[in-house]
Amino acid sequence: MFLFLAGCSTEVLDPKGDIGAQEKSLILIALGLMAIVAVPVIAMTLWFAWRYRAGNKKARYAPDWSHSTAIEVVVWSVPAVIIAILATITWHTTHTLDPYRPLASRAKPVTIEAVALDWKWLFIYPEQGIATVNQIAFPTDVPVNFHITSDSVMNAFFIPQLGSQIYAMAGMETQLHLIAREPGTYAGLSSNYSGAGFSDMHFQAIATSQQGFDAWVAKVKAAPATLDRAAYDALARPSEKNPVAYYGHVPAGLFAGIVEKYMGGPHAGDHASMAALPSNHMHAKAAE
Amino acid sequence: MFGKLTLSAIPFDQPIIMGTLLVVMLGGASVFGYVTWQRKWAYLWSEWFTTVDHKKIGVMYIIMALVMLLRGFADAIMMRTQQAMASADAAGYLPPHHYDQIFTAHGDIMIFFMAMPFITGLMNLVVPLQIGARDVAYPFLNSLSFWLTAGGVVLIMASLFIGDFAATGWLAYPPLSELKFSPGVGVDYYIWSLQLSGLGTTLSGINFIVTILKMRAPGMTLMKMPVFTWTALVTNILIVAAFPVLTVALALLGADRYLGMHFFTNDAGGNAMMYVNLIWIWGHPEVYILILPCFGAYSEIIATFSGKPLFGYKSMVYATAAIGVLSFLVWLHHFFTMGSGASVNAFFGIMTMIISVPTGVKLFNWLFTMFRGRVRFTVPVLWTIGFMVTFVIGGVTGVLMAVPGADFVLHNSLFLIAHFHNTIIGGVVFGCLAAMNYWFPKAFGFKLAERWGKASFWCWLVGFYVAFMPLYILGLKGMTRRMNHYANPDWQPYLIVALIGAVIILFGIFFTVLQLYVSVRDRVTLRDPSGDPWGGRTLEWSTSSPAPFYNFAVLPQVRELDQFWTDKQDGVAYMRPNRYEDIHMPRNTGVGVFMGLFGVVLGFALVWHIWWMAALGLAGMVGSFLVRVYDRDTDYWVPAAEVERIERARLMRMQKVGMVGVATPANDEQQAA
Repeated sequence: MFLFLAGCSTEVLDPKGDIGAQEKSLILIALGLMAIVAVPVIAMTLWFAWRYRAGNKKARYAPDWSHSTAIEVVVWSVPAVIIAILATITWHTTHTLDPYRPLASRAKPVTIEAVALDWKWLFIYPEQGIATVNQIAFPTDVPVNFHITSDSVMNAFFIPQLGSQIYAMAGMETQLHLIAREPGTYAGLSSNYSGAGFSDMHFQAIATSQQGFDAWVAKVKAAPATLDRAAYDALARPSEKNPVAYYGHVPAGLFAGIVEKYMGGPHAGDHASMAALPSNHMHAKAAE
Repeated sequence: MFGKLTLSAIPFDQPIIMGTLLVVMLGGASVFGYVTWQRKWAYLWSEWFTTVDHKKIGVMYIIMALVMLLRGFADAIMMRTQQAMASADAAGYLPPHHYDQIFTAHGDIMIFFMAMPFITGLMNLVVPLQIGARDVAYPFLNSLSFWLTAGGVVLIMASLFIGDFAATGWLAYPPLSELKFSPGVGVDYYIWSLQLSGLGTTLSGINFIVTILKMRAPGMTLMKMPVFTWTALVTNILIVAAFPVLTVALALLGADRYLGMHFFTNDAGGNAMMYVNLIWIWGHPEVYILILPCFGAYSEIIATFSGKPLFGYKSMVYATAAIGVLSFLVWLHHFFTMGSGASVNAFFGIMTMIISVPTGVKLFNWLFTMFRGRVRFTVPVLWTIGFMVTFVIGGVTGVLMAVPGADFVLHNSLFLIAHFHNTIIGGVVFGCLAAMNYWFPKAFGFKLAERWGKASFWCWLVGFYVAFMPLYILGLKGMTRRMNHYANPDWQPYLIVALIGAVIILFGIFFTVLQLYVSVRDRVTLRDPSGDPWGGRTLEWSTSSPAPFYNFAVLPQVRELDQFWTDKQDGVAYMRPNRYEDIHMPRNTGVGVFMGLFGVVLGFALVWHIWWMAALGLAGMVGSFLVRVYDRDTDYWVPAAEVERIERARLMRMQKVGMVGVATPANDEQQAA
């Protein structure tokens, strides 16, 4: 299996950032642990079937043998031990790789707000006051904090070479923390089917130097378009294969407004107070 | 008058659909003509459609499953062709509108209308015979379950030609499946076809639980029950626990779409995450509902053809029960990426990997059943060994995806697609085809031709690996599921290989059909005069092939796990009783057919908002049921003399061919010596 995987270049196993790198080694460790049971089972299946084929009269035949406490103990306990080890690793890594967990770094993180629309991605840089469609850029070695929502159906935000994906859902904000270690342009996509234009809902994620990032921000800022209410409403209408677009100016609070607009209804007051909570306490409550 | 239904609902401009319609109509007309020409309508009606005989109902379920396998596979090969073509943003030949319906229909048809009917058919055919019963607990309910499921099939097939089907993915996640984003009738077809068949499945689950708990032969305690029956019991408990959740989830989605409710909408307090949770609280047990009876079938097959009792029977039973319980505690692993906290994700991940322990134990038990056995490489055994190897790989990738940190990069990718096809094809499809080859003689009195069965196996096995190993790689290359076209040309070679794999599987399906044809043609030479063609161990092999309509002239007495095997060893397997007794049997009834038919009318009318027709359909269902309620003539007695005549004829046939003892490895060796 390892040789087989090593034979082809694969984005997920060729990560360009810390999260992806940890996830890669987690995948390989888990596969290695399971191989301890899986490989012998496959080998024994083929070996026993051949060895005890009906035509082989030299093999021993025990027509009534159907129980062995020793074998039973081994076949229950060896998998149990391996799963116990894997469970320990799982508990630990699920916490360290929690998409909501901010990454430790001396650099000041870049914040990007991502909105899934039919069928394109809108990205807002609240600190820079700019927005883009289907393209993001960020410096390498700097944590990127994504705040993600949808103004339509469910999507998922995913840059395979940087690591984890997370769902984008209307009326909710999910979070993702990534960091890139190598400059490059990486493919980003929606990994949750969202309707007719879904297949073209991909974007570029450009990891670059700090200077490169500053130049990119300056380029976006120079764009004449402003993402005001009317421009946003026009953008939010369903469209496919949208080219990259830049908005040099974005009014503050656009992202929060998109999340909050679905929180109307009979208990609007409760939801509004929820929205006012610090956002890192706002895990989407999938488990409730 | 006709609600939303107009002539424009029929897609005249779609050549693929119209071509299919033409083929279906020509095929239907020729079948209709042939049956009429042969004057077989009365026979079909009285012997098959109205039957309450569990064996015939089982056969009808399996025929339906095989037909739907063809439909589901046609969808599959169309998708593989589209993805092999649509590289570098080429459009391919299927526009998203059509392609999105195809992947939705493929999933729904394969799970609800192929795999479910297949395993329900197998349980129908086998369980009463294995426990020494004359029928299921509620024979009419059994007929009703079948016809409700058939009604679901009719609705989902109708959606191909009249209107369209859901373009939402097979579980129809809201908000995409809400009226705002899916205003057409597709999701409504989805809801009502699944509600009809789901009702049938729930009723059948109740029926089998009662049958297994209350109708076992005297002496058959729970721990003397054959393993297939054990897996059927656990599966039906899961059905009764899980399917109502599906029914409720779909009903709430229906309330959103029909009544303007806001259970799962984006606005007005709706919450789509609730639907996702509900659907997977049903959905995860569902995969065990499918796989457990297949595990049972593999267990029977490997024991029979190894000429040994199953290794670790108790382990097997406890492992099955453990899987049944755990299957309700893992649903969240289908959406680790929804933003739950780390501890919640970790809990569900760990619960998921714990399931691999009892599943692994099962594999070891099958291994040690072969150990020191005399394994005969018949078609069912080939499927079983193919399963054991393939399923291990599917299990490994499954446990891998149960680790949330790994799932964060693998979720929704083609790696996931490869994983669940690895377990569902390698586990459920292989299991169903193994079981079909194994129990076919019991249903029809002759064996299936080995040669084409083996050809089918090798095509499926090789085709599976060629089709799905590239998808594992594509998942690691960052390709996500349900893409109509893609920009990255690196993916195309893998998708072309996958298409070749699908074509190899096509040959596998063709050889299965050919196997059925050749076997029917050569049924005289393939005849099974003994009723025990494989050297079986459990009670279903003690009766004739095909089994008489009353199954057992005298109810068997059970003292051992493999009672029939012991009886054969002791030379008392075919003892004639001193006297026969009258047998009490249920009468055939057409009420199930009518209720299914009115169910289709109701579902179709609801899809198209034709309210008078919906009222008619509902009234028809209730009315037919009332007719049944007041029918006092629902049973009859078979006279002892008639039973004696049938049984005597069978023993004569067996003696004529000198087959009161049958081929077992032990006998083979005695003969060789």
